[in-house]
Amino acid sequence: MPTVLDARALCKSFGAVTAAKDVSAAIEKDSVVGLIGTNGAGKTTFINMITGYIKPDRGSIHYEGRDITALVPREITRLGICRSFQIPQLYSSLSVFDNMMVGIGIVLANARLAGYFSRGTPLVPGYARPAEEVAEHLLARFGLLDYRERNAQVLPGGVRKLLDIALTMVARPRILLLDEPTSGVSAQEKFGIMQMVLEAVRAEGTTVLFVEHDMEVVSRFAQRVIAFYDGRVIADAAPEVALADPEVKRNVVGRRA
Amino acid sequence: MRRERTPLVLGGILAALLAGGPFIPQWAIFIITVAFAKGLVALGLMLLLRAGLVSFGQALYYCLGAYAAGALGRFLGIGDVFVQMLCGALAAGLAAFILGFLLAKYRGIFFGLLSLALSMILYGLLVKNEALGSTDGFNILPSTLFGVRPGPDWVRYAVLVAAAVVSFFLAFLVHRYLGTPLGRLAPAIKDNEIRVEYMGASARYAVHVKYVIAAVLAGVGGALAATTVGHIDPDMAFWTTSGEFIFITILAGTGSVIAPFAGALLYEVIHTTAYDLSPNTWQLSLGAALLVIIVFLPEGLWSLFGRRHAHRS
Repeated sequence: MPTVLDARALCKSFGAVTAAKDVSAAIEKDSVVGLIGTNGAGKTTFINMITGYIKPDRGSIHYEGRDITALVPREITRLGICRSFQIPQLYSSLSVFDNMMVGIGIVLANARLAGYFSRGTPLVPGYARPAEEVAEHLLARFGLLDYRERNAQVLPGGVRKLLDIALTMVARPRILLLDEPTSGVSAQEKFGIMQMVLEAVRAEGTTVLFVEHDMEVVSRFAQRVIAFYDGRVIADAAPEVALADPEVKRNVVGRRA
Repeated sequence: MRRERTPLVLGGILAALLAGGPFIPQWAIFIITVAFAKGLVALGLMLLLRAGLVSFGQALYYCLGAYAAGALGRFLGIGDVFVQMLCGALAAGLAAFILGFLLAKYRGIFFGLLSLALSMILYGLLVKNEALGSTDGFNILPSTLFGVRPGPDWVRYAVLVAAAVVSFFLAFLVHRYLGTPLGRLAPAIKDNEIRVEYMGASARYAVHVKYVIAAVLAGVGGALAATTVGHIDPDMAFWTTSGEFIFITILAGTGSVIAPFAGALLYEVIHTTAYDLSPNTWQLSLGAALLVIIVFLPEGLWSLFGRRHAHRS
């Protein structure tokens, strides 16, 4: 499979804290990659650098051969790299449906399909359907139809998580970065949510990177694991190989594993 | 849905106003016209408020519009109401476009106080400017419409017609804007700007656009007020004038483009009546009115209609 995202020798320090030391990773198209590591190991920094939220001190990020290191988040989103958040970032005063509609509106506006002077009902790029139908379609995919008219502020934790991820899908991302999609979700729900998310995302043909602390979830869903420790990548291999690595066992998984 | 009915309601009110205008007493026409002027400013504030931004300095653009209209008469001898409004809009819009590059970066109290500071700079400049009448200001040329000067009994009605037609046209444009993706972005910006950026939109650009639209509306309102009252002075840029506009916007609520005009009319009626009954304590009456609204109708005057709608659907 061809490389779609290529991070080369990324370095980032916050004062005395080094959040990334020569982090390199080439992500193949259509793969599902798990990012593991203890808190502060550099996983979220890695995601933040790819999505343009923070700029690396050194190194470069290429997406389909194009250097995106200097772009800001909205430009990177428009190229097709989207992210979800560890703490769901929703429009809390709007209903679940309107959350989706705001997102779809942005997609339409960026494609110059819905402006002040446009008429008629534009079709959402990538879905070839009108906005309302795309919203319904995605809500159905993520099992959110029952919550359609509920205010985003009063949703249960797992539902907030799902809506956060569903929101990233409106732009039909080519690469999706999920920051701890199952954190704050009960142990019983974890596998179900992960299953649903991956099915939905894969159906749209998306490459996935996800941050996860639960090694069972990682070994079940990831095709490849990148392990972070102290700002470095200490392992990058198939799950069974990476999780068996002595350094990973010592620094990430814990001795018992 | 209510949204689709708004243009119809707008047209209905406009027709009623134009037909009924000749039978309304002069003092009432004056109040209604001033309400249109202030309603336009409040309409712009409503756009900003929807995005979570409170401008404490909208008087800047109100005053700029008024002085642009005044300068037309003073230096060029033009008293046409439409030309005045157009120039007011252009002056305010241009100023907001430039200042917007600075202001669109700020949110919350910083946005509010920075806008207030800018309006007080204009106030300071006008007070020191002898050519523009300093603190006394100056009188506006008698209003004309397309070069025609209406008879003394018809001037007020003519200006009302111009005010109503322009206000409804602008309200309709704003109504349409609220339905576009950029317009719908307002509550999203208020709720979660990070998410807006991560979905591929620029919150700063959206705020800049809203700021310019709000200024244009305030500029038209200022020009209209100038030609209606016949006199302008630097107090139009004073911060208490900005406060008045915020008062009207809160009173009205942000539910519809009609709300700011209804709010402005109610404000003018309360203001005039209170001033009539007790010239020294009219602020007390206004304050009490706002208190009642905030306690019983937290979403503003408009929630009276919104609530009924909610029951029906």
